[in-house]
Parts: sequence; C-alpha cells; structure tokens
Amino acid sequence: MNRIQQLFARQQRDILNIYFTAGYPGLDDTERIILALDKAGASLIELGMPYSDPLADGPTIQQSSQVALKNGMTLQLLFEQAKAARKRSEIPIVLMGYFNQVMQYGEQRFFNHCVEAGIDGLILPDLPLYEYERSYQSMISQAGLSISFLITPQTPEARIRKVDELSQGFVYMVADSSITGAKSGIADRQLAYFERVDKLGLKNPRLIGFGISNRETFELACRYASGAIIGSAFIKALSAAADVEQAALDFVRGIRGSARPV
Amino acid sequence: MVAIDERGYYGEFGGAYIPEMLYANIEELRQNYLEIMREPAFEREFRALLKDYVGRPTPLYLAKRLSEHYGARIYLKREDLNHTGAHKINNTVGQILLANRLGKKRIIAETGAGQHGVATATVCALAGLQCIVYMGAVDIRRQAPNVARMRMLGAEVRPAISGSQTLKDATNEAIRDWINNPEDTHYIIGSVVGPHPYPDMVARFQSVISEEIRWQLSGQAGRENPDIIVACVGGGSNAAGAFYHFLDEESVRLVAVEAAGLGIHSGESAATSVLGTKGIIHGSRTLLMQTPDGQIVEPYSISAGLDYPGIGPLHAHLIATGRAEAASITDDEALAAGYFLSRKEGIIPALETAHAFAALDKISYRPDDIIIVNLSGRGDKDLDTYINHYERFQKAGL
Repeated sequence: MNRIQQLFARQQRDILNIYFTAGYPGLDDTERIILALDKAGASLIELGMPYSDPLADGPTIQQSSQVALKNGMTLQLLFEQAKAARKRSEIPIVLMGYFNQVMQYGEQRFFNHCVEAGIDGLILPDLPLYEYERSYQSMISQAGLSISFLITPQTPEARIRKVDELSQGFVYMVADSSITGAKSGIADRQLAYFERVDKLGLKNPRLIGFGISNRETFELACRYASGAIIGSAFIKALSAAADVEQAALDFVRGIRGSARPV
Repeated sequence: MVAIDERGYYGEFGGAYIPEMLYANIEELRQNYLEIMREPAFEREFRALLKDYVGRPTPLYLAKRLSEHYGARIYLKREDLNHTGAHKINNTVGQILLANRLGKKRIIAETGAGQHGVATATVCALAGLQCIVYMGAVDIRRQAPNVARMRMLGAEVRPAISGSQTLKDATNEAIRDWINNPEDTHYIIGSVVGPHPYPDMVARFQSVISEEIRWQLSGQAGRENPDIIVACVGGGSNAAGAFYHFLDEESVRLVAVEAAGLGIHSGESAATSVLGTKGIIHGSRTLLMQTPDGQIVEPYSISAGLDYPGIGPLHAHLIATGRAEAASITDDEALAAGYFLSRKEGIIPALETAHAFAALDKISYRPDDIIIVNLSGRGDKDLDTYINHYERFQKAGL
C-alpha cells in the first residue's frame, strides 16, 4: 500500500487535500509549503506540475503556473524538491499535471522518477480512460502509483463505475462542471449530485474539488464525501503572503477550525 | 489510404485528450456528427446555404499572367470570393446547422485573424443564436476591422489575455468557456484541430473545396486531378478542404505551406512541421512546437491565422508519412508574394494565403504541370499590414 492507500485505510472522513503549484510563489518554496501543510494538518497534498496551457484550470492556477515557469521550474527540479520534502514528511503526495508533460519526459521514466521522489499518486486530467487502459495502466500500477480520474455532474452512471474501477486511492469528484476557482459556494443541484453519487456505493473514497474555498464549503463537502480538495483559494492565500509557511499554517487552520481530526 | 479510425486517429495522430469536464459534450458530438451530416435533410440545407448564402461554387480561375511567370498552368481556387471573404464560412455553416440539431442555444468560437470569428458571428446572426468569440488581445489589435465586423454582426468579442495573447490562447479560453457551460453551448472550432471529432468534422465540411476542384478542373482542363495542390497551413482547415478528395490520389502532390515568421530558426516562427515534435495540444496528439519539458512554445507569424504552434493531426500524419510536402515561408516572402499577386492578377490575398503563393518560388514542378493554389481568403483585413510594409518593399525594388 502506498501512502494514499494507507491514509484512506485509517481515515475515511474529513480528508483535506490542498493543491498548490510547484515552484510558486518562489522557486524554492515547494518543500517549505509541503512541510508547513503537513504540520498544519492537511491530509494530502496535490502538487501541481506547472504547465503553459492548463486547460482544466482557471485563471488563478494558470497564473501561478506562469509564475512558476518564469521562476525556472522544471519537472526535474520538481522531483528533486519532492524528494527533499519526502525525507522530512510522510504526507501523501499526488502529482497533478497535463499529459503532454508526461509524454515529453518519457512515460516510463516519469513514473519511475515519481516513485524515486516519493510521489504516491497521479491526477492527469487530460489522459482519457481509453488511452490509460490501452497504454499506461500496467506501467502505472507496476510502479505502485495510485491514479485518480475525475467525474462531473454530467458523467453518466456507467462511466462513473468505469472511473471507479480504474481509479485507485480516490475518485476526484468535480463539484460542478467548471474550471478551478471559478465559482464560490455550493448550489442545491450540486448537493443532489453529491447524494446521487454517494448512493452508488463506489469502491473508492471520493474527494470533492472545484469551488471548495473555505471552512463552510469544506465541511459541507465532507458530509457527502470523504473530504475535499482546495486549490485556487490556497494559491490566492500564497500570492498575498509575506511568509508562505505561516500562510499555509493559517490557511489549513482556517479550514480545519477547531474540529481538526486526529 | 488516408483514413481516420473510430477513436479519431490518423495513424498515430489525433485522439481526444480532454478533461472529463468536456467528455459529455465531445461524446455527444462524436456519436452524432456523422449521422447528422448524412441526413438527407441536413445535406440539402447545407448545400442550399452554401449555394445561396455563401455563393458557392467558388470559381476555379486559370491565372494566365501568373502561369506565364512561373511556366506552369496555375489555377486559383477562389475561396476569397465566399461570403465573409474566406473559406472559413464553409465550416461554420455546417456546424451551426449541427448545433441547431443538437439543440444548442449558445455558440462560442476562437479566432486568430478574425476570419473564423466573422464567419461564426455571421452564421449565428443567420440562425439567431448568441455568439461569443474569443480572440487574443494581440490579434484584436492587429485585426481591428474584423473585430468591428464581429461586433456589428452581434457577437461579443472577448479578449484572451493569457500567454502570447494569440490564437493558441484564444483556443484555451474558448475551451474553458465550454467547460463552464457544459449543457447549452456548442463550440465551433475553426480549424482541423482539437479533440476528435473536430478534425474530421471540419475537414468534411471544408471538403466541398476539393469536391468542386475535381469537377471544375475536369471541365476546364479535361482531367480531375491536378499535379500539385498548394495551400497554407496554420491549423490546416483550408488545406484539409483542398486536399480532401485527393488524399488517396497518389499522383497529386500536396504542399502544405507554413509560416516561418522571421526565419525558421530565428526563434520567431510558426513552422510546426520543421520545429514541432510529437505531443498534445488542444486535445489532439499531433506535431507541436514545445520545449523539451513539454511547455508549448509561443509561435510567431506576421499572419494571425498561421500564428499557431501546432497543426491538425491529419496534416501531421500526411507530413510524417511523406504524403504531403511542407514548405516554410517567411513574413517578407509572404508580403512580397501578396504584392506580386495584386499586380499580376488584380487579387489582394489574405496574408495567410500569400504564404501559399510564395511557395510557388520554392517547389519543384514541370512546365506543363497543373498547379492549384487554394486562394483561401482575401486581403482586406490585412491592408494595414500591407500598407505599413509597402514602402520598404518598393525601396528594395521587390
């Protein structure tokens, strides 16, 4: 079992997954932020591989990617930073990025380097299920990496089951068909969707992402799933911060409040 | 045979590398586009609009003075005479009818030079549908007349302010809009790019160009097949349309002309077939300009319509398999060809199209060869650029 699987084996509720872009706001902030998030009580970290054309991300994350790339961020550096953080923390780390980056790095080499750097799982939003099954499933599972696929309110039940079958670790539940950071709050029709998926009895735990930005929306998401993913709101907090470690501590405490789980 | 498979691959190029948020829309399109396009009622409506609204068939014109100059028989396929001034409208007419049948109420599009934006705004006015066009902020500045036209036609033009603020970024923004509006919106992509089924669908709508060339050439020259077809390629829609019915005619040479900007290796170029490597752009596995780390490189061309860092998967396949030849033309070569055509034939071509004409100086041919140049658009939108460079070219005696 990798760290993601171990996490869900011991905890099925109130999972807080925080996203940030590697190399943002400063090139050398990655390790610091990972350690601060761990210390503050985040359950899981989704580390973004900055990309020039992040189609599934909104302006906030796109902007952070541009800054990181301008800072000189590369995949090689990302693996080094993750490796350094891994020496001092056991928090599960999921790498999120676009498939072109994996292709150019060399797929097998990429998966190997993930493992060497202590990465536990992958989210590759533009890797289709079909291509995954055809070409990459065995490589990824042999490497011992988890992979999480996405579902949206438009995903039909049969496809949700397929996503559940192919995902390991958790299923990424897009709260609304929107790009990250575009909406705030959760509407009634989203709740109906959360309930509908909750009743399907999937084998994987679910984490809800997109539109989760504060304690209120996090707690609401936790009522319908194992936890939630927060990205854009945290990037905004980092962008305004004088001290990124303090910002990470304050942010997670603001989300967890007093109800911080063990 | 050049063919696309069930999953949208031409050989190793194509597919649909899209986030799940786009899956429902793309799948709806994939499952329905061929069936809808084959409905007799759809076919009739499409053909009637092409004839009575767009003004097809466009002439196939034997350019006598140009032919004399080059010592070959050069025919121009006059897509510049279409309503709205370019081939782009062939596709938008088709897609607006398709969007209607899918019950979509809102249309989005990306545009580079503004020709596709104008063609989309036009068919939206025709169909009475809301239209939002994404356009790079840089392109908005260099293609002001087309921006004004789109607005006059009732479209909202939204600037794309990310990246290089050109066609690639406008496409990203349009895709994001579609992700945010998953139910009532149809995205009219203007080229043979994007996830399957777009490359195939757009190529089919544009294939009317080569369909007409066949019977027109048969009538005028006594044979259906030319020796060479030349077309400019940004994403590649006019080339796809001009090549389509000749793809399996091995005797017909296909020449895809790319923009070399300030020179292929100047760092300011859009010559994808030379500078590109295999990767994914806008949901398609194809050739694109990128760094070794997979970051997409900002392209450059004087022509907004060719200023794109990828090419459609069909063209990637044609070039990789040797079925098509690629030629690269710099800004200055294109401008010179634009001025030359204006004086020789009384036709001011779009800057994109001027690249195709410049390639006549680069390709090999035999004296009796029939060469077809796809005259994809007219130059009205580029007058400012032509005028700005005119004096320099006169002084140089070009």
